[in-house]
Amino acid sequence: MSALQAKIDATEERVAAHDMPQGGWSMAARNEALARLRSMGLPSRRDEYWKYTRPDTLTQVGATNAAVLATDEAPVFGEIDTLQIVFVDGVFDEAASADLTLEGITIERLAAANADIHWAKGLYGALETNGQTPVERPLATLNTAFATDGVLLHITGKPSKPIHLIYRHVSNASDAILHHVIKVDADAEVTVLENGPAAARFNECMEVDIADGAKFHHVRAQGRDHERRAATHIFARLGTESTFKSFTLTANGVMTRNECVIELTGDDAHATIAGASLGDGDFHHDDTVFITHDAVNCESRQVFKKVLRNGATGVFQGKILVKAGAQKTDGYQISQSLLLDEDSQFLAKPELEIYADDVACSHGSTSGAIDEDALFYLRSRGVPHGEATDMLTLSFLAEAVEEIENEAIAEEINERLAAWLARRRS
Amino acid sequence: MLNIKNLHVSLEEEDKQILKGVDLTVEAGKVHAIMGPNGSGKSTLSYVLSGKDGYEVTEGSAELLGEDLLDIDPEERAALGLFLAFQYPVEIPGVGNMTFLRTAVNSQRKARGEDEMSATEFLKVVRERAKSLKIDADMLKRPVNVGFSGGEKKRNEILQMAMLEPKMCILDETDSGLDVDAMKLVAEGVNALRSEGRGFLVITHYQRLLDHIKPDVVHIMANGRIVKTGGPELALEVEQNGYADILAEVA
Repeated sequence: MSALQAKIDATEERVAAHDMPQGGWSMAARNEALARLRSMGLPSRRDEYWKYTRPDTLTQVGATNAAVLATDEAPVFGEIDTLQIVFVDGVFDEAASADLTLEGITIERLAAANADIHWAKGLYGALETNGQTPVERPLATLNTAFATDGVLLHITGKPSKPIHLIYRHVSNASDAILHHVIKVDADAEVTVLENGPAAARFNECMEVDIADGAKFHHVRAQGRDHERRAATHIFARLGTESTFKSFTLTANGVMTRNECVIELTGDDAHATIAGASLGDGDFHHDDTVFITHDAVNCESRQVFKKVLRNGATGVFQGKILVKAGAQKTDGYQISQSLLLDEDSQFLAKPELEIYADDVACSHGSTSGAIDEDALFYLRSRGVPHGEATDMLTLSFLAEAVEEIENEAIAEEINERLAAWLARRRS
Repeated sequence: MLNIKNLHVSLEEEDKQILKGVDLTVEAGKVHAIMGPNGSGKSTLSYVLSGKDGYEVTEGSAELLGEDLLDIDPEERAALGLFLAFQYPVEIPGVGNMTFLRTAVNSQRKARGEDEMSATEFLKVVRERAKSLKIDADMLKRPVNVGFSGGEKKRNEILQMAMLEPKMCILDETDSGLDVDAMKLVAEGVNALRSEGRGFLVITHYQRLLDHIKPDVVHIMANGRIVKTGGPELALEVEQNGYADILAEVA
């Protein structure tokens, strides 16, 4: 059997395992996505884009069982006043969620918005489709076709508090597909928070359309259930003078692939995508980013930091594409790993492709161990070995966390990072 | 206070002996100086005493207040009262100077079973001691030693010493890289800490630091041993005639 045939068969087998939600404005996009999925096929380990990450557990029919973590730890962002929207194993929990009304935003659920005409119709699957070239992202297409729910956020003003998506995982075998569409009108501003493991396997797609002068802030904590698997995609399109800032904290999780596709289409726009990940043992974390500069005087930043130990693996594939005419582009990309032992590994593929002649793009990628001189310095002042190691580890992660604009949220993230490290000290 | 007996030390990586039988006793309340040419083993002595990796003690002992120093971790030595002012203070990006100082002070207190210093109390004390060393609020806020000038780094070492209130202070070439004014400032900081219960070991190449920090005893170290011990006049002799005469004399 040829590799191509195997791919087609695997894709058909997966497709057959899903029921496409019927009716409403999203049908056309879903059917079209299914056709695209069938023609591209699900990723296999032979695909270049999946060279460092085995896609099998993400593409197979059904989720591999994942134990639910028993923890008495307070939920992330618990100290922050938010509008909470709860999904349990991918199913909306109305009782646990807040009233979905807030000034400056309309909040609907994908599964509940069934009219034939809807503002999200022009976006659902559209940014995802746009993000399929030059590299295919079939798991996102699968998501567009079969997503069972998600939120549709239309931001018209400046909502007084963050929209907070809380994902709870209670069933060992849950397999969730959620698709969010976020439209930020001109000069509007919103913060979206996400936290929790969502399901044994989670496929998430978020399409974000940011109009001129609008601001979108996104901070996500992917949950500590160690056996969970996740494939996420963010597709963002930025208008003139708009801002996109996204930060992801990943601690634990045997398999995580976070893809982010950003297109700067209006002049003077700013995009930041950052991440801090902590892996111990059986942990594979992949950040795959593609940023396209297609306008003048835009800035983009990619800041990824990974702390890996006991054989954990980190992957970074990041690309900046500067199109002809995208002059005065300022592109920054840094991906670094702190390897706490010799069994862990970091695989990085930074790429720049530039067709304009007046740009400043820098990129760097490093792997290193704890700085022994700094460690000795701290210990010589009386700071115990474990605490000193944690201080240096947190300082390594700080550059990524500092990309979060809201200080209270950044503080919550720092506390999580410190707690994770402290738990592993004893 | 500090008792070093017949200390022999080799590098772990290569089979090279650096210290070849050092005997030294520093009493409480006294300032001892060690002078010596490059490569005599002065800095190695300070690192071995504070517990840096990479050295192997093959013979001899070192005790602080009767406790075996060589058998315990660097942080335990610090909690016991040992302090090393580094020749090259390390830059630590991402760790605020104030956070670092407070963590250090409270770690030591905790290790000794004492109450931790409250944030307000700490702030009060640190401001007062920083002021006398001309360390401004900005330097306290910045990451540890990052972007500090040579003089600022050394003043920051003395501030740490002032905050940690150690019993035994080792200053490893604290004068290196300092201009005259900066050296005076550092020396004043050190002199302010001189007390009955505290011992000092000042390691230096040059006599000029000893004009400002007046030693009680001066040792000359060469080829891994203390070859001559005397009063402050010994430092002057080195200043005038160099090490060659002394080394020839003891050879």
